[in-house]
Parts: sequence; structure tokens; C-alpha cells
Amino acid sequence: MAEEFKIDETVDITNVVCPVTFVKTKVALEEMDDGQILSVHMKDGEPVQNVPRSVKEEGHKILKLIDNGDGTYDLIVRKVGD
Amino acid sequence: MPFTDEQLERYSRHIILKEIGVKGQKKLMNGSVLIIGAGGLGAPAAMYLAAAGVGRIGIADADVVDLSNLQRQIIHTTADLGKPKVESAAETMKAINPEVEVETYHEFLTSSNILDIVKKYDFVLDGTDNFPAKFLINDACVMADKPFSHAGILRFKGQLMTIIPHQTPCYRCVFKTMPPKDAIPSCKEAGVVGAMAGVIGSLQALEAVKFLTGAGELLTGKLLTFDALNNKFHTIVLPPRGEGCDVCSDHPKITELIDYEQPVCSLK
Repeated sequence: MAEEFKIDETVDITNVVCPVTFVKTKVALEEMDDGQILSVHMKDGEPVQNVPRSVKEEGHKILKLIDNGDGTYDLIVRKVGD
Repeated sequence: MPFTDEQLERYSRHIILKEIGVKGQKKLMNGSVLIIGAGGLGAPAAMYLAAAGVGRIGIADADVVDLSNLQRQIIHTTADLGKPKVESAAETMKAINPEVEVETYHEFLTSSNILDIVKKYDFVLDGTDNFPAKFLINDACVMADKPFSHAGILRFKGQLMTIIPHQTPCYRCVFKTMPPKDAIPSCKEAGVVGAMAGVIGSLQALEAVKFLTGAGELLTGKLLTFDALNNKFHTIVLPPRGEGCDVCSDHPKITELIDYEQPVCSLK
């Protein structure tokens, strides 16, 4: 759960595969304002390995990766830049 | 308008790029490009720009597909022989990406019709194979203040440059006027390796993509040359746009478009 953060937007990428996982995350981030927080709901495995790294490379801030214990994770990201 | 899931997947490799992203892809989809010549250069350019999702693509060519075209004009197939090139090109572009709007001009562009056509697009690609057309396109784009990409290929060599009229050197700044008759052989007489059209035409498509998205630096103020036999790409820095140009200086001598005579093929 991501209760400790004030989540502005959420995006679910459990139903898509690479690279659309990151594409959907990126689209969500591009529509947000600087400093807003996005929660990305993703599956274990490839998305968890790649999406956080790609988000970081774009200059955004990873706040937390929460293991939901059911094979999914929530990646909490703060958008950096417009 | 947000992207559909299908669009996100189709353009995912663009959207992932930091330099393009969602905003850049939208610019491509809202952009328009005119390709003059559906031949060696125009073929790969038209295919890549359609694939890239450029919203509206115009293609102009008066010819029909000939057997001798197929060695390099990869937008046409053997089944297209005898068909207007613009029709064949439009079919291939729509098959690659049904989302793009294709406008065809099955006619020669001349001093009387070119201005009205180039004005309708954001960017122009010169994919022609003769000097009268190249000077006409340059002068028309300068007069209409329309950014464009010049390119030429012959044998194993190719060259290209991008022109932002009245800001960067134009084709006429560099090449002044028509070469004397028979000084330069045409593609037909001299031959050209098919893949050279692919290299240079693709570079033109890249210039259009960079122009529309704002990514990177355009090939302006420079002439890029490629010599395949020696594996050499050269970027020649051009002198700044000066007062000497007959068409793009502040006091141009040429104020009306000229239809130069097409030199007669000497080896026919």
C-alpha cells in the first residue's frame, strides 16, 4: 500500500508487456506537473527490473517500490520537470 | 487527444525516446511533409515518414512505374508497373500505416503550380533527379519561406543539406545556377547504386522528423556528403548566407520562378 504518499495519479501496467509498460508510465508522467506523484501498478519480473530504471533515466525521482505480496508491485515516482 | 493503446504500441519506440516522447509523437501526427518525387529518394523517405505517423504526407510525381525504377525505388513493386508512381506510393504508405493522410499530385511541379502546393505543408523534401527541378524547388521554398531538405545521388555518392529560408544558406547560395548542358550526367546515364537512394532518402526523412519534433540539430549551414566506395561521410561547413545569393539575399535578383529547360539526354 502507498498510504504514506499523496498519490496524484495511478497507472496500471499489469496488462501490457515491454516496452508498452514503460510507454504507458511515460505517457502518464508527461501529462503530470512537476513534483506530482505517480503510482505505477506492475507485475513482478521484467517490469520491476526495467521500468524503475527507465523512469530514473528520464530524470524522475523514485520514492519507493512497494511489494504488494501478491506478485505485483507499486512504484511510487515523483515527476521531475515539465 | 490521448493516444489509443494501439497508437502507444505502434509508436512505442518513438515515445520511449527522450528526444521525441509523447509530445514529439504528437507533433509528428500533427505535422505535414511534401515529398517531391516518388523515386529513389522519395521512396524510403515516404515509407519512413508514413511509418513514423506524420499526419499528412503529400507526394508529387508525374511518372508511372517503370521496370528500371525497381532496382532502387522500394515503395513500388513489380505488380505496380505502369501505375502512376504517386498511386503506387500512396498504397504502400497506407498499407504501412492506415492512420496517415496521403495527398497525391500526379503532375509535374512547375513555376505555375509549385508555390500553392508547397505552402500547404510544414516541410518539403526534394527527391527529384534533375537540376531544373532542384532550382525550382529551392526558389519556391525560399519565396514561400518553407523549410526543406535538398538531396542528390549519383553512382556511389550522395549529398544532402537542409535549408531554413532566409536563415541558413540555400541551394542557390551554394550552387548558384544550372550547370552547363552535359556537364553532369543524369542518373540514367551515370547509374546509381540502389541502396544509395535508401541511405540519402532515409537521411532526408530523419531531417523531416527532427524538424517536426525539434529534436537535435538540423543539417543547416552544412552539406553532408557520402561516398560509399571509400566509406566516407563528410560534413562540409558552408559559408554563411550572404548578400550574394540571387534568390535568398535581402535584395534578390530572382523574384519570379524560372522553368529551366530540361537538358536533353546526351546518350539517348
